[in-house]
Amino acid sequence: MNWLNILILVVQAFIITLAVTTAFAYLTLFERRLLARFQNRVGPNRAGPGGFLQPVADAVKLFFKEDIVPAAADKPVYLLAPALAVIPAIIIWAVIPFGCLNVNWDYRACFADPRTSEVRNILQIAEINVGVLYLFAVTGIGVYGITLAGWASNNKYSMLGGIRSSAQLISYELALSCAVLGVVMTYSTLSTAEIVYLQGGLWGIVPQFLGFVLFMVASTAEVVRAPFDLVEAEQELVGGYNTEYGSMKFALFFMTEYIKLIAISAIAVTFFFGGWRFPGLQTLGQGIEALAGPVVASLVVGLVSLGAFLLKLVAFLFVSVWIRASWPRLRYDRLMTLGWKWLLPLGLLNLVYTAVTFVIVPDQRLASFILLALSLITLAVAIGFSSVPRPVDNVTYVKDLRQGSVAPPPPAEAGESQAASTSPRQPASSRG
Amino acid sequence: MDVILFAITAAVALIGAIAMLVARNAVHSALFLLLNFAAIAVLFLLLQSPFLFAIQLTVYAGAIMVLFLFVVMLLGAERVEDTPDRIAWQRPLALGLGAALVAVAVVSVLRGAWEVPPGGEAAATFGDPAQLGALLFTNYLLPFQVTGIILLVAVVGVAVLNQRGRTTSTVKRAPSGD
Repeated sequence: MNWLNILILVVQAFIITLAVTTAFAYLTLFERRLLARFQNRVGPNRAGPGGFLQPVADAVKLFFKEDIVPAAADKPVYLLAPALAVIPAIIIWAVIPFGCLNVNWDYRACFADPRTSEVRNILQIAEINVGVLYLFAVTGIGVYGITLAGWASNNKYSMLGGIRSSAQLISYELALSCAVLGVVMTYSTLSTAEIVYLQGGLWGIVPQFLGFVLFMVASTAEVVRAPFDLVEAEQELVGGYNTEYGSMKFALFFMTEYIKLIAISAIAVTFFFGGWRFPGLQTLGQGIEALAGPVVASLVVGLVSLGAFLLKLVAFLFVSVWIRASWPRLRYDRLMTLGWKWLLPLGLLNLVYTAVTFVIVPDQRLASFILLALSLITLAVAIGFSSVPRPVDNVTYVKDLRQGSVAPPPPAEAGESQAASTSPRQPASSRG
Repeated sequence: MDVILFAITAAVALIGAIAMLVARNAVHSALFLLLNFAAIAVLFLLLQSPFLFAIQLTVYAGAIMVLFLFVVMLLGAERVEDTPDRIAWQRPLALGLGAALVAVAVVSVLRGAWEVPPGGEAAATFGDPAQLGALLFTNYLLPFQVTGIILLVAVVGVAVLNQRGRTTSTVKRAPSGD
């Protein structure tokens, strides 16, 4: 490896870091505007045209806030935690191919089999043969930032948030791994570039529909986003693990959360929606090459593939905001039940389906559609079984009393309610 | 350049290990151990094996250390207890066994003098997960399965120990309840 290659790598890493942090800033605006639309509000629209400068204003505000370290905090760990949170979120991006631009201006290399020929793609920083494992390794390390922040703050709410985060992330990592393992088994490779190449005919969502559903649920929990954001449940924990953080250190946690969201969406695009591939991209390359030569063709293919990737990414982010706007937060026991009793068994079932189907049915396309049917049937059965117990309706409505159709409440309950009403209610009434 | 990288990484690993032993706070110890694991992972990377790098990070840093931290935090056991050791013979025994381990290591290094250790088949395909998996399921199938069974026994053991405590407590509680 000579110095030029190292220089290229450094520039690539620098650009992707900048791009990701900028994307974070504008994702916050995107989310706030969309949430406002979902809630029939307008959203931030004053700073710049359409609120375009709002992220800049937020960043400036956070930069100039007073930087406080709690006196009882464990100072080194307290300062280390935001860095430990944000670094994994950024280095995840090293193995994700977000387009295809060949170094030698040859667009055909993008559509050649990466197992036989080297692609030399400039829009992917590192092509390693264990890219998927790298993703897991890095997301696994991401737990530390949150957990340590909760511990080092020396605050009971932060601590609860930290403990919740480690329990939740460990539980959902298993389901996430099972979901991705299905993809790895389908394409029998651990390299992200090869997974994208092999989705040329049929996107990964067809053979791995069950895996995709599991991935979406587990990844939302893995990036502790609503409806799985028990780690920072405002109503119970003030702010959770980041209660004691202010200024830029809080901004780093905020950034981590959103960069992880973008990264996990990018991973979903790569595994289940063909990455940067788009139908007709190769034909486009041929047409442009005939018109304007290979250099322009490779540039156009590079830009269009990057655009296709970003388009899919934005679609995922939109869905994510939509989910956040639509679902209330899960209760803690339901969260654990969902992770261990539903997602993990379904993930294992998906592995069995994948293994058996690809061995029995040699034709890849037919096997994919059989798997799709199996996934749909399994999901239907699982949803049928997992009906949430209905809350007990013990409210006496005024209209029922008027009609006289409801008998007076049984004596035991009446006694209880009387006892409750006569007992001192100082703490409850002082709230209102 | 590899040598410089190796020296830096090895130094970091050693510093992490020593600091882990010296640290007075259990959470700090866990973090230094994490540093050590990360340095070892980079050493695997220097040996051209991204697979072992990823496994080291996933298993040790991503799973085992998180559980350690979780338990330490949950029990609030991060402070060193000041009470003297209850098991008095533990410390001299540990020193003796440690010295024996160092002696064995030195002797094996002096005798073997940088030869490839037995089981070097993996060296040819060190970085490739597919080859490694094939070896695990053919040549090394028995050790692989035995490891799995040992882990399973540990899990069953935890369940049994937990269950015993639970049944005795219910037996105790039953007469008072009725």
